[in-house]
Amino acid sequence: MMWFNIAKAQSFMPSQGTEIAKQVDNLYGFLLITSLIACVLVIGGMLYFVWKYKRKTPDDKTAYISHNTFLEFLWSFIPLVIFLVVFAWGWYIYHQERAMPKNALEINVVGKQWAWEVAYKNGFKAANEVVVPIEQDVKILLTSTDVIHSFFVPSFRIKQDAVPGRYTALWFRANKLGNFHIFCTEYCGTSHSGMIGTLKVVSREEFDKYLEQGQDEKSLPLAKKGAKLFAVKACSACHSADTPAIKVGPSLFQKFGKEEALEDGTKVTVDENYIRTSILEPNKQIVKGFPKGVMPTFQGQLNEDELNALVEFIKESK
Amino acid sequence: MATSSAHGDNYLNHEKGLWSWLTTVDHKRIGLMYMIAVMTFFLIGGIMALLLRLELFAPNAAANVGDILKNGDAYNQVLTYHGAIMVFMVIIPGIPAILGNFFLPLHIGAKDVAFPKINLASWYCFMIGAALAVATLFAKKIDTGWTFYTPYSIRTGTSTVLIVVGAFIMGMSSILTGLNFIVTVHKLRAPGMTMHRMPLFVWALYSTAIIQMLATPIVGITLLLLAVERAFGVGIFDPALGGDPVLFQHFFWFYSHPAVYIMIIPAMGVVSELITTFSRKVIFGYTAIAYSSLGIAAVSFFVWGHHMFVSGQSATAGIVFSFLTMLVGVPTAIKMFNWVATLYKGSISFDSPMLFALGFLFLFAIGGVTGIMLATLPIDVHFHDTYFVVAHFHYVMVGGTLMSLMGGFYYWFPKMFGKMFSETLARLSFVFIFIGFNVTFFPQFILGAMGMPRRYFDYIPAYENLNKISTVGSWLILVGFLIALYTIVNGLRKGEKAPMNPWRSKTLEWQTPSPPPHDNFAVEPIVTAGPYEYR
Repeated sequence: MMWFNIAKAQSFMPSQGTEIAKQVDNLYGFLLITSLIACVLVIGGMLYFVWKYKRKTPDDKTAYISHNTFLEFLWSFIPLVIFLVVFAWGWYIYHQERAMPKNALEINVVGKQWAWEVAYKNGFKAANEVVVPIEQDVKILLTSTDVIHSFFVPSFRIKQDAVPGRYTALWFRANKLGNFHIFCTEYCGTSHSGMIGTLKVVSREEFDKYLEQGQDEKSLPLAKKGAKLFAVKACSACHSADTPAIKVGPSLFQKFGKEEALEDGTKVTVDENYIRTSILEPNKQIVKGFPKGVMPTFQGQLNEDELNALVEFIKESK
Repeated sequence: MATSSAHGDNYLNHEKGLWSWLTTVDHKRIGLMYMIAVMTFFLIGGIMALLLRLELFAPNAAANVGDILKNGDAYNQVLTYHGAIMVFMVIIPGIPAILGNFFLPLHIGAKDVAFPKINLASWYCFMIGAALAVATLFAKKIDTGWTFYTPYSIRTGTSTVLIVVGAFIMGMSSILTGLNFIVTVHKLRAPGMTMHRMPLFVWALYSTAIIQMLATPIVGITLLLLAVERAFGVGIFDPALGGDPVLFQHFFWFYSHPAVYIMIIPAMGVVSELITTFSRKVIFGYTAIAYSSLGIAAVSFFVWGHHMFVSGQSATAGIVFSFLTMLVGVPTAIKMFNWVATLYKGSISFDSPMLFALGFLFLFAIGGVTGIMLATLPIDVHFHDTYFVVAHFHYVMVGGTLMSLMGGFYYWFPKMFGKMFSETLARLSFVFIFIGFNVTFFPQFILGAMGMPRRYFDYIPAYENLNKISTVGSWLILVGFLIALYTIVNGLRKGEKAPMNPWRSKTLEWQTPSPPPHDNFAVEPIVTAGPYEYR
């Protein structure tokens, strides 16, 4: 199948991280070659005729050829056959993509503006980072808390929308160690292009060690726990906490205890209660210069312990 | 038939003053009014495109050139206006409303369309809808993307209701024009002008009109439901209110896929006219081209799900939609082969309209084969919502529809205005537009294959070089259109007087003076043969 390889070298597809990716690229290689032949025939034919039958005198006589049934049948039938072959081949691969394997390692991924929240079965959570063992069927169960997002791993040639109010799923079996991009491919607003995650394929041992972090988490100091939540709940997608840089919302760096000017002209001291209110009722006291209605409420999504941890983390951001 | 031109009365000077234009029921004048509007919107949409490309010249972290849009919101707004203006206000009305209005009655030997007043009403609908849409630029700018996907469009704090109402009213214009064209084709053909003697452009407009009538109401209702949900909090599409966001996608594409054919079928019609005229040869496979337009129109209603392979719709639905999409490829391929076969043993000239027609064939071939790739399930799973899709639909919409609109415009310019333009300048505009187009959009196929998602304000460094090439291409396109604008203005001001039939074409509109008299033909033509009898 050398010609597939030639096509592949020219196809600019990303590295292949799964067996399915290889299959997709084979089909793509076939399509590239066939398309190239079709274009050479049509465009080449056009250029040849244009050159050969260039107007010579203003009154050239032309042939009167109104149709040719056999030729027309042929050029309807041959494309039809090619299209059907491509369709069936595509169906064959798509069927494998959509048939969820049994006994897969399941990971829950929640899309939210603008981060991926990743949750493992043992309760361990992470943001924007999916860690999976090599040569293991992995099923990603997707949903969203706000608008539609789409989970796309170019190296695995897979993509699935994360739709609020329901679950969707995709699966893969990585056969290559390394880090791969996760892009959001359904337009989701301000930081759509910043919603990039990493899919890390590691060995089985490394994966087990990674999950063990989950066990230690309960004994973390409050501020550390807050730092973790700050990433997992995607606060960090819009607020910086370690620099004064403004992302979507105001920076929280060195804000505690300071005065903040508000949109309605009043001033407020950043204390525990202001932070708490801003998390639970974000539109109540808007900082001057920032639009209303951008930040969603976290009412009902955080318990008291988690709120304490976040407040503590922001307190210590200095 | 040249008698009426003897005393210089034509549709341009038949009545005078702005008011005579604003109240005209002459299809030719209405066509020109559409032209002015569409050209204005094209200018706005084009400036937006240049801004987007400039912003994407480099990734934000490394940007010292082109970093002009301050943040993601600004980028998303420009992106939305570029898409919405180009789709709803340029490409959809482009050929049918400008060239169709002007030439459909002339092509079939009629004095006007069947309902001249409704024709004017549809121009006003278009302008009111467009004005509402543009007005949002001065309110809270829209950032939903031209597709208005829910629940984002329900939740974003921008003037979605206003633009959606604008699009709804523009839809009325599209429906009324479709109705008018269908009745005109059935009722107003000159004696002897049988259906099978109609020029292929008329067949294309007829097929398009059917889609406009049947599909546009769906998007109208969908957009209205969206407005109701936003304004009154009725749960239809937002899951937070108990709605289904994917339902919106079904409704939206049930219109918007056929709408793709509203954009391309008229372009195919124009190209059929150009290729026969400039090869001075009968079209190859008239019947096949005519009926494949109708075939495409029919099948176009059953392929909408190919926009939704990864939306969460069932795998079975995906398979059925992939299969049906493959079937649309067949009549499209037939047309391509017919056009190339028409060139065989012709007498081919390289006048500027023909250059655009040949450019169309070149670009549409690439747009076509990449369309088949996108119809293939697992390939689409990878390419969906990446730059590959962006490149594909620009090859079809710009490389197809816009090239054909430009070709048609140069072709009929002498008839519309009674003047000739500079052929050298027109060819030069083609060279810049054609090369610029390929430089802009071909690299985007590669970007898409590499995985770069669309609607991205920023990107990873690996995509930088190809984005740079693409941005440079957009400047070449700009130069091309500036030359085209100069060619037109110069032709209008200083062009030589155009003869009745400068290209020696056989269709009816060329058998009446340039520009045509108010009633199109001094004597009602009697048709005795097909439209392309070059013997």
